[in-house]
Amino acid sequence: MSQYYSTNEAFALTPALTLALFGCWILVFDFLFANSKQKRYFALVVVAGLIFAGVGLYRQQAFLATSGDSSIIAFSGALTIDRFALYFNWVFELATLIVALVSYNYLEIEGEHHGEYYALLLFAQCGMFFLAAGTDLVTLFIGLELMALCFYVMVGFLRGDKRSNEAAIKYLLLGAFSSGFLVYGFSIMYGLAGSTRLTDVAAAIAARPAWDPLVFLAMTTTAVGLLFKISAAPFHMWAPDAYEGAPTTITAYLSVASKAASFAFLLRIFLGPLAPARDAWEPLLAAVAILTMTIGNLAAISQTNIKRLLAYSSISHAGYMLLGLIAGNDTGIQGIAVYVMVYAFMNLGAFLVVIALRRKNIIGDDVDDMAGLMYRSPGYAVLMLIFLLSLAGIPPTAGFLGKYYIFLSLIETHHYLLAVIATLYVAVAIYYYFRIVKTMFVGELTEKAPLATSFGLRVALGITGVLTLAVGVYPEPVLRLAQNSFLR
Amino acid sequence: MNFLDQIWLIPLFPLFGAVVMLLFGSKLDPQPASDVAVAPGVELTHDGHEAAHHHHGHTHEHAHEHVTGHDHHGGGLKTVVSLLCPGMVLLSLIWSAGAVLQLANVPERSHEVIQFTWLAGLPFHMAGGRLATFSADWGFLLDPLSSVMILVVTGIGFLIHVYSTGYMAHDNGYYRFFGYLNLFVFFMLMLVLANNYALMFVGWEGVGLCSYLLIGFYFHKKSAGDAGKKAFVVNRVGDAGFILGMLLMFSVLGTVKFVDVRQILGSGNFRAETAGFGVLSTMALLLFIGATGKSAQIPLYVWLPDAMEGPTPVSALIHAATMVTAGVYMVARSAALYQLTPHTSTIVASVGAFTAILAATIALVQNDIKRVLAYSTVSQLGYMFLALGVGAYWVAIFHLFTHAFFKALLFLGSGSVIHAVSGEQDMRRMGGLKDKIPITHWTMFVAALAIAGIPGFAGFFSKDEILWQAYSSQQGSNALYVVGLLTAGLTAFYMWRLMHMTFYGRSRVAPEIEAHIHESPASMTVPLTLLAIGSVLAGWIGTPRLWGMSGWFRGFEQWLEPSFASAAVEAVKEGAHDASTEGILMGVSIALALIGIGIARYCYHIRPEIPGAIEARCGPIHRTLSNKWYVDEIYDFLFVNGFAKGGGTLLGAFDRNVIDGGVNGAGWFTRFSSSFSIWWDTWIVDGTVRLTSLLVKVSSYPVRIVQTGRVQAYALFVVVGALAFFGYYLAR
Repeated sequence: MSQYYSTNEAFALTPALTLALFGCWILVFDFLFANSKQKRYFALVVVAGLIFAGVGLYRQQAFLATSGDSSIIAFSGALTIDRFALYFNWVFELATLIVALVSYNYLEIEGEHHGEYYALLLFAQCGMFFLAAGTDLVTLFIGLELMALCFYVMVGFLRGDKRSNEAAIKYLLLGAFSSGFLVYGFSIMYGLAGSTRLTDVAAAIAARPAWDPLVFLAMTTTAVGLLFKISAAPFHMWAPDAYEGAPTTITAYLSVASKAASFAFLLRIFLGPLAPARDAWEPLLAAVAILTMTIGNLAAISQTNIKRLLAYSSISHAGYMLLGLIAGNDTGIQGIAVYVMVYAFMNLGAFLVVIALRRKNIIGDDVDDMAGLMYRSPGYAVLMLIFLLSLAGIPPTAGFLGKYYIFLSLIETHHYLLAVIATLYVAVAIYYYFRIVKTMFVGELTEKAPLATSFGLRVALGITGVLTLAVGVYPEPVLRLAQNSFLR
Repeated sequence: MNFLDQIWLIPLFPLFGAVVMLLFGSKLDPQPASDVAVAPGVELTHDGHEAAHHHHGHTHEHAHEHVTGHDHHGGGLKTVVSLLCPGMVLLSLIWSAGAVLQLANVPERSHEVIQFTWLAGLPFHMAGGRLATFSADWGFLLDPLSSVMILVVTGIGFLIHVYSTGYMAHDNGYYRFFGYLNLFVFFMLMLVLANNYALMFVGWEGVGLCSYLLIGFYFHKKSAGDAGKKAFVVNRVGDAGFILGMLLMFSVLGTVKFVDVRQILGSGNFRAETAGFGVLSTMALLLFIGATGKSAQIPLYVWLPDAMEGPTPVSALIHAATMVTAGVYMVARSAALYQLTPHTSTIVASVGAFTAILAATIALVQNDIKRVLAYSTVSQLGYMFLALGVGAYWVAIFHLFTHAFFKALLFLGSGSVIHAVSGEQDMRRMGGLKDKIPITHWTMFVAALAIAGIPGFAGFFSKDEILWQAYSSQQGSNALYVVGLLTAGLTAFYMWRLMHMTFYGRSRVAPEIEAHIHESPASMTVPLTLLAIGSVLAGWIGTPRLWGMSGWFRGFEQWLEPSFASAAVEAVKEGAHDASTEGILMGVSIALALIGIGIARYCYHIRPEIPGAIEARCGPIHRTLSNKWYVDEIYDFLFVNGFAKGGGTLLGAFDRNVIDGGVNGAGWFTRFSSSFSIWWDTWIVDGTVRLTSLLVKVSSYPVRIVQTGRVQAYALFVVVGALAFFGYYLAR
């Protein structure tokens, strides 16, 4: 503990520090770009910050590759940069990049263009960094709160919009409530181990008898907090309201980056300290996964608001991902890693099209606003079709891969019933995704105003669209990345 | 040129055509897309096909005025589309033919081309303790089975593309149509050329998507959109079976590659599951569920008749000749598996036979010309599954092959008829068209003889072989044979009912339409003629053993031999073979076909008042048949309203849909049951309505608490969830 700022520590922290610095820079120099039009340059600053953070991540990755170490351990084990952490950080980079690219035009249309928005994006990603790399209860919790606080503000960013305000308040109250559960669980873990390091907690729990009440209490309360974050049922209630009310860019960010970070967190805890209590949590999580898929898929059917529909779809995806953890073998964990990555770009892509529908005086978040899109903007319609096919898990799009590995892991570990239920829900899901397709391709063209397109949006759509198809047809690189990254 | 190593190119030609059309096609379209949806007075459905034709010149001139210059090269570029898209399929056909000819010189009659590893997996301990690594390649396999399929797909596909250049000439979205059609051919070729189940699944889903887009092609027809969605949703139910079957196959066999699967199953480590319903039988059953979706078998056949909302060439290509046979192909491809699972094979045969006769009875009373053909397709597919179920795999593929000719011809012919009578599809408003559209009549005449099973025409050879196998093979039985035979009689009847109502007797065409009746252009009649020649000749490569021919005349069975050869097949083939029995059975089926045709002629030509009398006498039966055994209503009630709408809203925001859904469901239920008796109505139905609305009301209370937007309620549910967790600990 004598050398707090050794090169090792600094090296491990580079990406987070870079993100934080760029965020602060935006806050300080907000006055430079006075009017709303100029604020768009902040998007460039965010991209620059992401590039520098990316360089930091790349150097860490290169270090792991050349040195042969499995991880860089910093702050006496509070922070661990391993391939798992790096993998998730690449997902965050991608998500923040896409969101930053589409935000400037969207915020101008909404009339709420402020520099703080961009700073919050970077701070949120900084929190995610700690969620993926933290190996200490305190580090993880601080990372979680840093991310969550940014999101509370961003969800309520449309100050003049009642829905946005309501969503932010609800998310804040419920988020704080669930954090209470989480910290309660953490405190018991600390009590058991006398340390907040995950490795110490794991050793302490492994030493307890099976079905120890204290371990069970710690596990369940922690699980409540974690499941809330990934919006698993019955802790999902905040999600539809928050998704619908938030600015659409933030809905996209929330559904992808926040979910990925929370999954990283969840895997760290369940495959780390809670791994010895597997017998206790496996049936619980299985029940939660089934309930999540049921509620997500069935509730999505009757939604007319597209953001709400995608919110329920996102809930159901969390259910599928949980299945990988329940299977628990290498294929399952790798499946989650693939799923998180694939879900990131296909879901972002779907939201991008929704963002393009938001024009002056047109809210554009109703399913009917998509009507006849094929005849007005065939490019957007075909892209949306690809994203929806991917979300529905139809090959050769990327979405098929994620589901495929998850289901394969269930069969490998003889969870036949879960596999049957999950595949049947995939069949149900096609029903609501194709309601959107039908509206786009078969619906009568009612609204003729051109889509709100911008250079950033087109680039973002290009990236997500190409990835969704290319990864589906040639998944090798993503699979190799995922294979290297899972926790053992 | 070495075509064999270039089989991966075969699907890519149409893909190229599709990409060009869908990305740049809108620039080739003479009319701006936005005008399509709103153009007043131009009814562009196939119902109003002729109307569109006549208005067309008029609208065209308008377009000239408004979009000057644009329309000029529009016409020229339309020619580009007409050349490019069929041309790409022709290239595929040439490559396919080349590859198949070269395959004939390969001793083992199998050639694999692997591009790269597609799905890579982790090493995994299988149930038996063996370490396996799951992987699937982006690879292609050409063997006798897939060679038949690619020739059917590209050959018939090319003819239908040519036909479409004539049929769709007056429709808007010409480029879009050909783009989807080429995309379909691409996916279909992926399906039949894939060397493993996972890649096959890519094509499997892709053809479903294209089918969806093409059924809903007339986008301003709501029924078209609904039909497309129904097709897709029903198919997804089947796909769940496919996926599970495939995953189970991996966990048991360690591979999903066709060649390896066949080799492992044939290695002797797996015994036929004669005693009980084991893991192999489950696997086979799951795959068969997938096949029932795609190939429209009970219980998942309901989407196919509705799919007739699509343009007629689509019905011919996708819903008759190619896509719907994918299930048959898949089961035949899994022959090594089904040989070991007699119980599942019995299910396959029974479902096939039952579907065949059920669909045939429905076809008896349909008045829409395309719907008769749709149910006929379902029925013929049932025949193919009957053949698969009794272990006669090559016969199923043979029937698939001949059926592709005569059924595509029937559909295209019906398209030509519809074209001639200005979009009318109801046969009650046709009649007497024989001399007005002679080529269409004579080609359809050939096809109708073929499907009825008249000796010398293609359908006779394959159908008769199926009946013989149903009777004689070890898996077969007298019951299956009788059902098959009855279906053959019904088929002859309904097909000649169609011919008589359409072409013969007194004209019932509306006078103003009558004036416009004319034969279709050469781009449509030439494909019809070629298909008619095929409908005669295609059967001669599989003549009955009884006839004692050899060489080419028995070529089909010999060619497919390597794909299905194994000990089990030998056993089936050498089963009781009695020449005199075969001769008698053949005579019976020919006689029945003739009787069917005769009754049709008697009822609809000589004494046309008879059908009306029968209809009046046997009201309930007729109603039940013309309402398709009420299966749609039952499904709507059980799944669409009961499950999807009710369940969805139950858990989502509470809104009016719940009550509407419940009432609708009860409404369907009422309609369904009223045909049985009034007693049922007053007591059960009213009760059900009350019960349904009561249930909805009761279940809405928890829903209100669930998603009212009140934070307290949300927090409460977090607590409830946590308490449930604790409860689990106590109750454990």
